[in-house]
Parts: sequence; structure tokens; C-alpha cells
Amino acid sequence: MGIKIGNAPFRDRVQEGIENDFMRGAVSSAQGRFRSGRLKAAEELGDWEDWRTLGEEIRSHTLQNLDYYLEQLSEQVSKRGGKVFFAQTAEEANEYIRNVVQKKEAKKIVKSKSMVTEEIGLNETLEKAGAEVVETDLGEWILQMDEDPPSHIVTPALHKNKEQIRETFASKKGYKNSDLPEELATFAREQLRKEFLSADVGITGCNFAVAESGAVTFVTNEGNARLVTALPETQISVMGMERLVPTWEELDVMVSLLTRAAVGQKLTSYVTSITGTKQEDEVDGPEDYHLVIVDNGRSKILGTEFQSALHCIRCAACINVCPVYRHVGGHSYGSVYPGPIGAVLTPLLDGYDDHKDLPYASTLCAACTEACPVKIPLHEHLVRHREIIVEKEKKAPRSERMMMDGFAKWGSHPAAYKLSTKMARKALKPWTKEEVIQSGPGPLKGWTDVRDFPAPSEQTFRSWFKTRQKGGRS
Amino acid sequence: MKVSLFITCLCDVMASDVGKDTVEILERFGCVVDFPETQTCCGQPAYNSGYVTKAKESMKQMMKAFKHSEYVVSPSGSCVAMLHEYAHLFKDDPEWKEVAQELANKSYELTQFLVDVLGVEDVGATFSGKITYHRSCHMTRLLGVTEAPYKLLKNVKGLEIVDLPLCEDCCGFGGTFAVKQPSISEQMVKEKTEHIAETGADYVVGGDMGCLMNIGGRLSRDDRQVTALHITKILNSH
Ligand code: SF4
Repeated sequence: MGIKIGNAPFRDRVQEGIENDFMRGAVSSAQGRFRSGRLKAAEELGDWEDWRTLGEEIRSHTLQNLDYYLEQLSEQVSKRGGKVFFAQTAEEANEYIRNVVQKKEAKKIVKSKSMVTEEIGLNETLEKAGAEVVETDLGEWILQMDEDPPSHIVTPALHKNKEQIRETFASKKGYKNSDLPEELATFAREQLRKEFLSADVGITGCNFAVAESGAVTFVTNEGNARLVTALPETQISVMGMERLVPTWEELDVMVSLLTRAAVGQKLTSYVTSITGTKQEDEVDGPEDYHLVIVDNGRSKILGTEFQSALHCIRCAACINVCPVYRHVGGHSYGSVYPGPIGAVLTPLLDGYDDHKDLPYASTLCAACTEACPVKIPLHEHLVRHREIIVEKEKKAPRSERMMMDGFAKWGSHPAAYKLSTKMARKALKPWTKEEVIQSGPGPLKGWTDVRDFPAPSEQTFRSWFKTRQKGGRS
Repeated sequence: MKVSLFITCLCDVMASDVGKDTVEILERFGCVVDFPETQTCCGQPAYNSGYVTKAKESMKQMMKAFKHSEYVVSPSGSCVAMLHEYAHLFKDDPEWKEVAQELANKSYELTQFLVDVLGVEDVGATFSGKITYHRSCHMTRLLGVTEAPYKLLKNVKGLEIVDLPLCEDCCGFGGTFAVKQPSISEQMVKEKTEHIAETGADYVVGGDMGCLMNIGGRLSRDDRQVTALHITKILNSH
């Protein structure tokens, strides 16, 4: 599918989201849990702001020296028997992986959760090539059965409740039990166990790769990444080119920030690293290991004012606090990356043509910026996107441009400004009833469709002040 | 102390009482208040919509208007946060760079000015009623003013303050967002006003006219018995 999900216009996607009561119930209760969990975990750690600063420093240092660390990583992985492939585009990445799979004559592939493989649309490529791909993260597995894209970057099936999940299990896998989470999970575990045992290739994403040692690290709660990496003899890890840290020491900091920001946990149940192939003195490990490092538009962001967007560690804290996301849900964004980070990242990776509405899907309330564990100024990036859409891409509606031309004249000519403020009450008179406008003209319509607009004051402040200065009574 | 009032376009036109109360409060604490007549709008509606070049025309007008002021005080956290941003926006413009930085340095939101500059926490006001407070995102997250309004409100005689659930959530105003994305904005203001109604307060008080018009407009549309009030109304009541 790739980064773009769905073709409906933004407005329609939003409307669909707003009308989906099930989804909204599920999302808002999940947000509530994540939100309090994150705050509690941050408080327990103490000095949260210092940790954030440290996180930002590590990310920005790594990105500033990305070439160096990527080279180091690649050397280390090669030294330990792995093959490293730099893919400039999604197509290149897919092609490389397809070749590996075909050479192995692999029939079944098990995957652990990976956003970058969603971004490049890997599953589709492999399925077209005749392989069976099984997602083993519980949420991803559910979505795969439903042919539904993820709506969240950490908990991809966030928009579904347990009744819906039971339905899916029943219709697709013959499940007969209740919608108790324990029973659902037991069933999934039994089903997936068989898949792990019969898979020929394992594909993982990568939370962080450690440059100094070539260790590719996954942070999970279900332990599925362990099974994906432990059983099949051929292993492929796919990582966005920015997802690395210099040493184990920085990994420690980043994992501490990630698990707390993402799910409010001190640590997830599993943190797994794999380093190349099975060495002579080792008892296990893959026979064949490939690390695919994906650019797909990232290097274009380097060196621009958006560089800090590459600091993202995909924790979803910004998504979990976003009130817009809460009401419209992840699919409304039309991208595998939803929420504030999605609205920043998607146009950068995939252009403005299909995603020019995303930067406007925000009130600029900055809750995202405040929550981000690596201090990405998300709301500022959204304003920059808007600036580019208006001034460079010239994609703003004509009526809006005309209004803003008027604004510039109004704001820079005090006499005109003064006159118009004086006239405002009179001008709105035809629409005003008992000091309230319930159905306004032109641009006011969007406002009055959903709330009342007050009548302008009888006298502007400036004329009151002037009278008062002259000694008149107010 | 000489203080120049930046009234904001919204208060100038839509809520002139806020300006009157601001003047009276400042004068009560010995400030000599002037009103530079050539001030217009801080530029935020254009800036936040992406029209940065156009917004800058308005911003330059503002810098000229307040060039000689000692302090600039405004009854809006959001508009003052915008003034502060000028320093960043003009940092590469040799003609305006310094003026922009100066304006940023001397601009304060009213409650911030009272508490941090004048050292006043009790304005001697009396207001009887039950209120809840909407903290406004730009005031708290961009300008960093979180405690000042609460400190002032706590000392108002007769006032009962109740907590607002999910007070950190945006009300859905967002400037042009409210008219560009009315359906999303509606869900947000609906949720906000539901939380306000839950508190059982008679008034919802805030420090930004934009949020208050949004919240107040929805309260009135739904015929709720809660009134949206600017904090200056309470601080200037006796
Ligand atoms: S932008 Fe920040 S908060 Fe959002 S997912 Fe990335 S790291 Fe987490």
C-alpha cells in the first residue's frame, strides 16, 4: 500500500472518522491510559526535562554525523557476516528483499511490527511474488486479516475494540470463544506459534541500530520479535536510515525515553538485539542476515529546517496527546504515519500533492511538542509546512489568498484598520439578532455552523480610550 | 511605571470591555497607561495560516507602533506569544532584527505582568460566583505563563474555583482552524464545553479572547447556563 492509505478527500476521511463512534470510544480511552501512564513514568524517573534534553542531544548529534555512523554500522554488520543494502527508494528496498526471499524459495515469511515496511508497502510486494507473509504483532495480525491499515504507530489496531476483534477471529480463523482479552490472546498465541515454526524467513523492523557494534535492536511487549529472529534461518531487518545510536550507552537513554513516552513503562517486556549471523563460537543466530537501510526521501530532509523531524523515535507520545487525533482517528490522516508526527513527516516523504491538508489538521496547540521525548518542535514544523504550501507551492485557495491580501493591507495601514474596526458592528448588523450572530456570511459561516458569534462591541476600545483621554466619561 | 497597552484586534472590536478593565487594573497599581494609536494586529491569523510574508507587514507596523514603549502589556497570552516570536522571525533582517528583539523583551501578558513585574498577587477584587479556568494553549505552552492567573484568582474574595477536567486540552479555536476545519473544531469545543458544564461552574474564565469566543459561542449555541468571561472582568470587580 505504501505510505498513502486511501484515496478519499481529506474532508470525507475526517467526516467518516468523526462519525465512527466505536473508533472514537476506543481511541479516547486509549489516549487517557497512555497519557496518564506517560506522565506517571516521567515523574517516577525524575528530571524528565533533563532526560528530554539528553534525548534531543543524542538524536541531533547522531543526525549531524549520520554518514559516519551509518558507515560504522554497516562495517560492523558486515564484519559479523551480515549483508547491508542501502535502498534509496521504496522500490529498491522491496526489490532487494524480494530477491532474497525468492532465492531462498521462501514460502512463508513471519514479520514483527515495523512501520518502515508499512511505509514502503513491503507485504504487497512479497505477496505478489507468491510468498505468504504473516504479521506476528497481535495488532498487525488483526489488521492483516481485516485488510485494514494501521491507525497508530505503536498500537496499530487502536481503533478496534475487543468485540470487533472477536468478530474478526471468528470469521477469519474460526474462533469460538468470548471477547475476553485473555482468551483472545491465547488463541492468537496458538495460531501464531504454528506460523513461527513453519516460516522460512523472518523480517523485522528496527527501533535502534547500535553503530559501534552493529546490533539491531527491537523493543517489544509481546516477544514476537524474539521468535521472528530466533526461528527462521534467514533474517532481514529493515530500518529507516535515521534509526541508529552511536553506542550502547546512548541506546540505554533512548530506550528509557521510548518505553516511558510510548506506553508509560519503565521497560517493555523484551528488548532484543541481533548482531549479524551466527558466529563460530555461538550456539544460535541466523545463517543469513540482511540489513536493509531505507532512505526513501529521508536524505532530502537532512540539512533543511525540518531535520529535527528525523529525530523521531516513533514513540507516539505526540499522537496520544493530540486532541485532533482523538476526534478523527488515525485513518483520517491518509498516511501510515498519523497524528502530529504524521502531519509533519508525510508531506516530507511523499510530497504535498496528496497530503497538503495534513499540516492544517492542527490547532497549533503544541501539546505534541510538549510531549515529545526528543523535543521535536512539531507545531513549528506544521507552520513551516503551511508557509511552503502557501508561498512556494501556491496551493492555497484563491478566496483565502485574497482575504490575506486584505489582511496585510489592513494590518499595515492604521487608518484603514481603525475605520474598519469602527464599521464592524454596522457591517454585521444584518446578521445580528439580540447581540448574537447565528448564521454568518462568507468566512464567518464556518464559525457559525458550529457555534454562535458575538456582535462586535458598541464602541471600539480605541474610541473609548480616546474619549477618556479627552476627559470624557466612559 | 509607563505601560503601553496592546489591546489586540479581537478585544478592540469584539470585547472592548476587556481593554477598559485592563486599563483600570493597571492604573490601580500605579501604571501610567498609554495606547499607541497606530497599533493593529500581531499578524497571527496570517502567520499561522502560512502567509508569513503578509503577516510580516502587520508585524512591522506593530514594531513601529511600540518602538518607544517601555513595557507592552496585553490581555492575551496568544498575541503576546506572537510578539515574542518576532525575534525569531526577523533574526536575519538587519533592519528589524533589533527592534523585534526589543519588542519581544518588553512584552508581557497582563497576569504575567502583574505577578512577575509588579509583584502583585492580590488585586483586591471581589467577585461572587463559582468559576472554572480555561488555561489556553498558547498562554501556557508558548508563552510559559501557567501559574500567574491562578495566583491572582485565588486571592479574589468570594470566588469559588473548581478544577476543569482535561484542562490541558485545546478548546478547538486555533485561529483560522476554527473556520477552515469547522467539523474537527466542533468536536473539540463540544468536548471542552461538556467538561465545563460538568464542573457546575457559573462562569468559565480565561485569558484569551479567541478561546473565550469559541467556548462562549458553543455554550450559547447549546443554551448552557455557563458564561465565558475574560479574567480582567473578575480582576476588576469590586
Ligand atoms: S515526534 Fe516525538 S512524540 Fe511524536 S512519535 Fe516522534 S518522538 Fe514520539
